Amino acid sequence: MAKKRVVTTTINGDTHEFLCQPRQTLLETLRDVLGLTGTKEGCSNGNCGACTVHLNGRPVDSCLVLGVEVEGAEIRTIEGVACGSHLDEVQEAFLEGAALQCGICTPGFIMQTESLLDENPNPTEDEIRFYLAGNLCRCTGYDKIVRSVQCAAEKRQTANVGDH
Amino acid sequence: MRPFEYARPQTEAEAVELLSDHDGKTAVLAGGTDIMNLLRRDAIQPRRLVDIKHISSMQGIRQADGGVLVGSLVTLEDAAESPLLAEHRSVLQVAHAHKAIQIQQAGTLAGDLCQLPHCWYFRNGYGLLGMENGLSMAEAGDNRYHAIFGNRGPAKFVSGSRFAPAMIAWGAKVRVVGPEGEEFIPLEYFFATPKTDRQNVTVLRPGQLVTHVWLPSRTADIVSGAYEVLELNGLDRPQAAAAVTLKMQSGIVRDARIVMGHVAPTPWVAQEAANALIGQSVNEDTASRVGDIAVAGATPLSMNGFKVQMARAAVKRSLLRAVGQLDEALV
Ligand SMILES: Cc1cc2nc3c(=O)[nH]c(=O)nc-3n(C[C@H](O)[C@H](O)[C@H](O)COP(=O)(O)OP(=O)(O)OC[C@H]3O[C@@H](n4cnc5c(N)ncnc54)[C@H](O)[C@@H]3O)c2cc1C
Ligand code: FES
Ligand code: FES
Repeated sequence: MAKKRVVTTTINGDTHEFLCQPRQTLLETLRDVLGLTGTKEGCSNGNCGACTVHLNGRPVDSCLVLGVEVEGAEIRTIEGVACGSHLDEVQEAFLEGAALQCGICTPGFIMQTESLLDENPNPTEDEIRFYLAGNLCRCTGYDKIVRSVQCAAEKRQTANVGDH
Repeated sequence: MRPFEYARPQTEAEAVELLSDHDGKTAVLAGGTDIMNLLRRDAIQPRRLVDIKHISSMQGIRQADGGVLVGSLVTLEDAAESPLLAEHRSVLQVAHAHKAIQIQQAGTLAGDLCQLPHCWYFRNGYGLLGMENGLSMAEAGDNRYHAIFGNRGPAKFVSGSRFAPAMIAWGAKVRVVGPEGEEFIPLEYFFATPKTDRQNVTVLRPGQLVTHVWLPSRTADIVSGAYEVLELNGLDRPQAAAAVTLKMQSGIVRDARIVMGHVAPTPWVAQEAANALIGQSVNEDTASRVGDIAVAGATPLSMNGFKVQMARAAVKRSLLRAVGQLDEALV
């Protein structure tokens, strides 16, 4: 019973094939099997959002998903956000806005913000606070995070205007 | 987590077969937002987990048989946003109560209905009834969040479902499939109070699962409302909740359903209170009186007497909300 299984999935655009036990969470699989340690473990029970990744384009707590569940799925993790050494607008804004201290919550906040801005490029402060309700930070206080999200939205809009 | 097998059926029939093996020591995995925490703490120990997320027949919301048929895999977010449920106000009011996007997008409707209790004795491995040496730990211990109705037997926990009170008040039915075929069960009779650790919180038998929930359509004379009393305005579960569906004629209640949540091991239908409303109009006075009747038979435990007032307030406010008289600015 409960033999290891082969799972094939796309992570940050690359196909990965790995072995995992049914009882391993996606979070454990990413960190311990695939060495993708950018995704962080906070509470491990779905409360803090530190482990947020995108599963088929939607943000999920990877501690509430099994590794075997992602067979055939597309996953995006914090490692897939920057382009080489070039940070994306959300990462830049968090750095410039000092929206982190210990940084454990940061990959989750960034992945959640990426989803927010994909859905709603110009969110109000209320919309930002609601969208980030499943992400907790013990150090920074939320104001700097919210300001940084606003700043990221502006940066992205300016960049998009520049593209045309 | 203990080891278990993982299976991913594509059809309802495959799911039933996979769930029936291992003497029924199997469990359904839907969004995983609740069961993962039970598995992690070994509070449940299934030998096989059956992931139902890839069964297409259980997805989506559509009109059917004079009502709305909601697939078990519909997420809390989909339910909150569906135009087909826009008229079922009380259902929407609870759908919007989940705050974290990650949970709203993963958690499913049937997962909400079938979730196991959030009793801390159960979650910490003392079995569904939370017994030690034959004694209920909740009875003697910290029972702040436990039942104030239906708690004379060994079960002291409260039913955790957020949607059940509103859906029962609407007259919902669940479609269940299993080794003996399909059946439609009124949601009111879907929940059960276990007398032993081996019994369940629903009437589901080994091999059975919920595939759909059916709600009757709203007609113009029906109004509904729900109200949850929360400890914090955050992720936490309600301390007490109520939902009402009223049939009105010229401002007078002709028929009423009142169901309380988080107060008993099952959703708790307050039939006497509902009957007292018939022939009346809904206002502060009648709503208060009906709230009193709804909690008249409460049997609080040593530490949760305060929940009686919360349940009374939930009934009163859900009634006022149904008729548009709740001052939302104050709540
Ligand atoms: C941070 C956090 C906060 C939460 N807050 C709340 C809250 O405030 N209120 C609340 O009610 N819940 C809450 N939950 C619990 C949970 O997210 C929801 O109840 C959700 O709707 C469960 O759905 P799911 O699909 O994820 O269920 P799962 O976890 O997949 O399953 C839950 C249970 O239902 C059974 N099940 C699922 N689908 C079926 C089916 N079709 N047929 C038969 N059995 C089935 C499973 O076997 C399991 O026992 C919270 C969870 C987290 C992590
Ligand atoms: S680690 Fe997954 S939500 Fe906290
Ligand atoms: S920076 Fe430490 S938890 Fe957010």
